[in-house]
Amino acid sequence: MNTQATQTMPHAAAVAAVEHEDVGFWRKYIFSTDHKVIGIQYAITALVFLLFGFGLIMMMRWQIAHPGQPIPVIGPLLEATLGQVAAKGIMSPDLYNSFGAMHGTIMIFLGVVPLAFAAFGNYVVPLQIGAVDMAFPRVNMASYQAYLIGGIIMFVSFFIPGGAAQAGWTSYSPLATVIPTHGQTFWLIGMVFLITSSLLGAVNFIATIIQLRAPGMTWMRLPFFVWAQFVTAFLLLLAFPPLEAAAIMQLADKLLGTSFFLPTGLAVGGQLANISGGGSPLLWQHLFWFLGHPEVYVLILPAMGIVAEIITNNTRKPIWGYKSLVYSALAIGFLSFIVWAHHMYLTGMGTKIATFFQTTTMIISIPSVIILTCLFLSLWGGSIRFNTQMLFALAFLPMFGIGGLTGLPLGFAASDIHLHDTYYVIAHFHYVVAPGTIFALFAGIYHWFPKLTGRMMNEFWGKVHFWGSLIFMNIVFQPMFAQGMAGMLRRMADGGANYSAAVAPEAIGTLSHWIMQLHTYILWGAVGLALVQIPFIINLFWSLKHGQPVKSDNPWQATTLEWQTPPPPPHGNFDKPITVYRGPYEYSVPGHATDFTPQNEPPRGKAES
Amino acid sequence: MDIPYTTQARPDTGVYNAKVGVWLFLASEVMLFGALFSAYILLRVGALPADWPHGLLNIPIGTFNTAVLITSSVTVVMAWASLKMGRFDRFKIFQTITVLCALAFLGIKTFEYRDKFTHYEVWKTDGSRLTGHIEGKPAFLTLDKLKDAKVEKIHFLPDPHHYAEGRLAARKHDVEHKAVEIPVSDIKRLSAFVPAHSTYFAIYFTLTGLHALHVLGGAIVIAYLLGPGSRMWFTEPERFINRVETSGLFWHFVDLVWIFLFPVLYLL
Repeated sequence: MNTQATQTMPHAAAVAAVEHEDVGFWRKYIFSTDHKVIGIQYAITALVFLLFGFGLIMMMRWQIAHPGQPIPVIGPLLEATLGQVAAKGIMSPDLYNSFGAMHGTIMIFLGVVPLAFAAFGNYVVPLQIGAVDMAFPRVNMASYQAYLIGGIIMFVSFFIPGGAAQAGWTSYSPLATVIPTHGQTFWLIGMVFLITSSLLGAVNFIATIIQLRAPGMTWMRLPFFVWAQFVTAFLLLLAFPPLEAAAIMQLADKLLGTSFFLPTGLAVGGQLANISGGGSPLLWQHLFWFLGHPEVYVLILPAMGIVAEIITNNTRKPIWGYKSLVYSALAIGFLSFIVWAHHMYLTGMGTKIATFFQTTTMIISIPSVIILTCLFLSLWGGSIRFNTQMLFALAFLPMFGIGGLTGLPLGFAASDIHLHDTYYVIAHFHYVVAPGTIFALFAGIYHWFPKLTGRMMNEFWGKVHFWGSLIFMNIVFQPMFAQGMAGMLRRMADGGANYSAAVAPEAIGTLSHWIMQLHTYILWGAVGLALVQIPFIINLFWSLKHGQPVKSDNPWQATTLEWQTPPPPPHGNFDKPITVYRGPYEYSVPGHATDFTPQNEPPRGKAES
Repeated sequence: MDIPYTTQARPDTGVYNAKVGVWLFLASEVMLFGALFSAYILLRVGALPADWPHGLLNIPIGTFNTAVLITSSVTVVMAWASLKMGRFDRFKIFQTITVLCALAFLGIKTFEYRDKFTHYEVWKTDGSRLTGHIEGKPAFLTLDKLKDAKVEKIHFLPDPHHYAEGRLAARKHDVEHKAVEIPVSDIKRLSAFVPAHSTYFAIYFTLTGLHALHVLGGAIVIAYLLGPGSRMWFTEPERFINRVETSGLFWHFVDLVWIFLFPVLYLL
């Protein structure tokens, strides 16, 4: 690719000038500046991390269901690699804490965000807006490399003396600072790389969407997926820097002996800590959640974008309320910056502040409900094709609905005081992210796989994957609502056994036998969930070589621009100049020969002239 | 394959790609420094007046450094305007001044930092507190280091007043000013004015350190465009002017951060 060219060609000519230069293996696959290759790099890395994070929680679920018993199969391996913390294959509380903290970190920062935002966004957004590449290809490459370095630092931290970070993915100070191992230091340095990666990506996405839209691609002709990524990029751009600042300060607390987050009179191990004091633990929480809450929408908005694309394509009719969707996404983007302290009702920050954040929290549920309602209404009167991606997209709607609606009691301080830090919270946000976002990501993989490879994924095994995942996801997460409401706290290495009726039969408010028993069902649900991912993984690799080849560039008969180029698209994306004449979802237009009208199809009168 | 609008502005947005990129980057930088300024506010509001040092930074030097940065802000614009008028020679002169200003700023900052590392506060077991210098001007000394070295007493040259006495005390000049001996056993805590000294110095060093890194980064980019990068002027003058413009935008941001830092840390 020749970015150093002396002249900039007019847009249409630049699009036409597709070069096929041979740049060699390293430049083509490892240090590539092509947005499609970078998207695939992101996707592969993120999927590997998702699997790894899932593996961590599988081991933890065993420990929760059977505290103090050796983990079958993996136990000896764990002891061999990690040593004393997993003696005899039994997970020690320290190891449990490490795995818990890293499960959250890996799933969010190394798994879902890179897959939803960076992978899908990188591959699909430039294609959907008719661009030749991202605005800054080398920045794009740097973004992936920073992500990879951050991921490697996080991964390596498992094997340093003392193991990985143990203070939860939220890393609250002073706990995170006073744990005497260096896991937290690695976590913070890793986070700085991941944040840098997200910032570079966000700048690139926004600049690309503003600058590189094809002629005729006006703002209200953008596919909803592009809008969702646009808002997401702004969230990353503006919400991540405060966490970067917080990470720098916590690193200073850890390494330079400062007291940003350490209060006066802090005692560690029964002794007064040798620090100046005067710091504020609340400051960390404010800075963390200033990122943490927009991050929730970073996880969900791209998923909504994917689901919107797939639903409109498979109902064969325009999406219901395109403008409502767009304005709702923008409203969510704005409001998500002023709801963060609803994670902090129990910190003693004051009831007046809590009132403000309860109000904004209730307000932000309105645009979310509008989006979900639009997607539901889009189904009305459609002739629905129930292929695998559509099943995943359809399941997203009620699953995300459960996740969203169970969030309301957590948004009110009065009910949150009871539910805070229990399994109810875990169930709530996993419904949003696991059967919510991850289902949408699966849907996206099945949907765009033919574009990446020119082959279809196997439909039968796709459906096995879907039905299995749907059933087992609910077996895993539904019981946690009951456990949480019964008062079971999260983050306990013994799964709450010390507070169970079996240990203290006379005490009031203990966890009853059947509440404890649910752990076993959850464990087997998780095992089932792991097993039904096997057909997906095999399907993914098998279809690369043996999948049914696509019969045209546009196997799903879609309207958006990514389907108007050969699979896989060449370097430079389009083999013909692209001009956009219409909105993104012109399905079943009366009087039209086909039931879809691509965005770049000229109006009838114009085509003849 | 060429990416459109790398040099020419896109007609409907009126800007070229890099300009959008740098403005977005600066927006994230505003949030980064904004978070640290917020931290400053929260820490200061939560601090006891006696624990929040003021008057320990050298205001004349800070003022001079402010003037240095403002000068560089002017020259960076003059350099860009010179290129717009086709005066490559004048661009070189102005941008050289910019880089020299950046180096001067960093040099002065280093001097200020070193001054703090040898300036101490002693908390004595009887509750009294002194600030001053230890004989021989050692840096980074702590109580633990003194005990490890089996030192029994230190020769301490106290300042005329302690910051906790308030601003008015700073105007007293008739106070006795002579060295005292302090037995190590009388010392509860000893710290130079390093980040660990107090939340004030923690945020001072974090803010100014991060700012200094930005100055360094900006200076490297400007120096590159002045040196090897300037060859682009003869091949792609417009693109070169754009590069100078975007680096100038970043440089203005760095200056602007200092304009906030100086009053907040030195004067308030």
